[in-house]
Amino acid sequence: MGKITLEELRELRERARAELARRGADASGGDIIVGMGTCGLAAGARETMSTLVEELNRRGLSNVRVRPTGCMGLCHSEPTVEVRIPGMPAVIYGKVTPEVAQRIVEEHVLGHKLLDDHVYDRPAPDLMSPPARPGK
Amino acid sequence: MAYTQFVLVCAGTACDSCHSRAIYERLVEGVRAHGLADRVQVVRTGCFGFCAQGPVVKVLPDESFYVKVQPTDADEIVAEHLVKGRPVRRLLYSGPAPAAAVTEIPFYQKQLRIVLRNCGLIDPENVHEYIARDGYAALARVLTEMTPEDVIEELRRSGLRGRGGAGYPTWKKWSFTKVVEADVKYVICNADEGDPGAYMDRSTLEGDPHSILEAMAIAGYAVGAHQGYIYVRAEYPLAIHRLDIAIRQARELGLLGRDILGRGFDFDIDIRLGAGAFVCGEETALIASIEGKRGMPVPRPPYPAVRGLWGRPTVINNVETLANVPVIILKGGDWFASIGTETSKGTKVFALTGKVNNSGLIEVPMGITLREIIFDIGGGIQGGKRFKAVQTGGPSGGLIPEQFLDTPIDYESLAKLGSIMGSGGMIVMDEDDCIVDVNKFYLEFTVDESCGKCAPCRIGGRTMYNLLTKIAEGRGTVADIEQIQTVATAMQKASLCGLGQTAPNPVLSGLRYFGDEYRVHVKERRCPAGRCRALITYTILPDKCIGCTLCARRCPVNCISGERRKPHVIDLTRCIKCGECFQACKFGAVQRS
Repeated sequence: MGKITLEELRELRERARAELARRGADASGGDIIVGMGTCGLAAGARETMSTLVEELNRRGLSNVRVRPTGCMGLCHSEPTVEVRIPGMPAVIYGKVTPEVAQRIVEEHVLGHKLLDDHVYDRPAPDLMSPPARPGK
Repeated sequence: MAYTQFVLVCAGTACDSCHSRAIYERLVEGVRAHGLADRVQVVRTGCFGFCAQGPVVKVLPDESFYVKVQPTDADEIVAEHLVKGRPVRRLLYSGPAPAAAVTEIPFYQKQLRIVLRNCGLIDPENVHEYIARDGYAALARVLTEMTPEDVIEELRRSGLRGRGGAGYPTWKKWSFTKVVEADVKYVICNADEGDPGAYMDRSTLEGDPHSILEAMAIAGYAVGAHQGYIYVRAEYPLAIHRLDIAIRQARELGLLGRDILGRGFDFDIDIRLGAGAFVCGEETALIASIEGKRGMPVPRPPYPAVRGLWGRPTVINNVETLANVPVIILKGGDWFASIGTETSKGTKVFALTGKVNNSGLIEVPMGITLREIIFDIGGGIQGGKRFKAVQTGGPSGGLIPEQFLDTPIDYESLAKLGSIMGSGGMIVMDEDDCIVDVNKFYLEFTVDESCGKCAPCRIGGRTMYNLLTKIAEGRGTVADIEQIQTVATAMQKASLCGLGQTAPNPVLSGLRYFGDEYRVHVKERRCPAGRCRALITYTILPDKCIGCTLCARRCPVNCISGERRKPHVIDLTRCIKCGECFQACKFGAVQRS
């Protein structure tokens, strides 16, 4: 991609925003976001992530995306995973071992049920949503 | 049929001890009795960190937050809220308003994420996700609508102060650099986070690297610089990796490099790796290190704003400071200044660690109290032990005892208590921690990290450390305590840089608030917390020991002997005082004295 102009940056923002918003909407199967900061990785987030990917593949759930992110702040309960799928509230799971990751796919993604003993509260509201005044 | 409502019952340790299990069971029972079992799911959760108000129950998706719920309240929650859709008002949390009068904070949430706004939400390796959340919109606004003076004025209104430790107003730094006439100027991001227990900057770089790049470009525009350096320690490989990716992506998009966004402004950024010396967090030492010299501070003035990197005017800001900048540009300086206290605006990120239940990376408005951080967000002390002290500011900070937990924290109030805001490490200690031992631990760190250039730090630190060792080993005298005081004060006054000036803080605050504990060490040759090994002995009380052999099996040096079902004996000549037997004994037969 070449250098962008102001106009192109604005267009790119609109497209990227629409893409982010589509997540968790009915058009897609949802997102599973894995905290992959150093704290998460040290607690085994890589295994958690690969288990999620394998489990989704095994069950043919190719429309659910697994993505990495940084630290969610809940270092006492790493690895942490946020699950956003259509029809369910977005929740953060903590202490997601590979076994818990399998249960998330089976019970939450397929069964539309929350898992006992692993839900944690989001530490803070999202300041950027609704978006701050769109940049010009 | 799919669930449409979810009732979350906190099953953390604190709530669990307040009948949260009974609440859970009655909710399940109530949901079944009302025929809601196929559309309402009752779930037990991990700790919600609001333990003083527990047990806590939250209903999704409407986010009703119930506190101090009793098992008898379960039926009402089911009958009113779940059946009729009317939240039970008397149980909704209505505690004191958050420290900041900011509408963005729901009334029960203590945290506000400005610096960490994207951390844990976006994929840090995908620039599109950053852009989707207004990334580079601040840079675009600055380049199209604002003069460099406007940018600095916005920062002045925001009241943003340096988050690296000293709390110097950011706009002043920028302004001083801007007014100096020079053909070349630089922007440096100080990512040399080095204090034990602190990882705020690492997490920000790992979770949202583009926010730093954007802020540095804004700084470059404001002061007239075209080159930036991020000085990050080599021990942060993931942060470096993600910064590398981010810089490459930004260059590809033309958000770094020549003629950014077609506005005729050039700015580029390179990474410089530090070798992990604590002193290189000091700005003049950091600059020396980038220049390829040994990382040692030089006297100021001249400040880097006037003569910095390669003798050129240089703005140098810490990671967290920079991460605030794009939001200030987008939401306005006045918005930012509405958060926090009179003298300290905005939020502060802390790495909350130590003997607290919920350790983690937190961001809170300035003016929140330590009690709220430790007991609400942190969920209180592990194992129900008693709080003893919290050390803010890492090895450069001081100990704060229980009587000051309700102080609203900002730069000034912490300084008044003999501590500092520092970069944001916050280590919580309980009754099992010995102040002499803790002081010795941090001093060992600063002595080790002293660059040795100035005598007060090089000799003073070592002298203090030796005196502390003497006290911890039971050879100390009252005169030693007095000498520590003298040396510490001299170090504070005469050291060349912040490292030496602040290194005595933990010890001085220890003497100030826990002087009795020091005196017991020298007068009674006793360590009340049982941490100073030379001052404790473990013995087995024959009348309590039932001869279960557990202690003997746990002892790593096999110095406990005795027949099964007969009292055991510790061979004190071989005992290493590890305390394993003391922890293991279920009958209170091992005595520590």
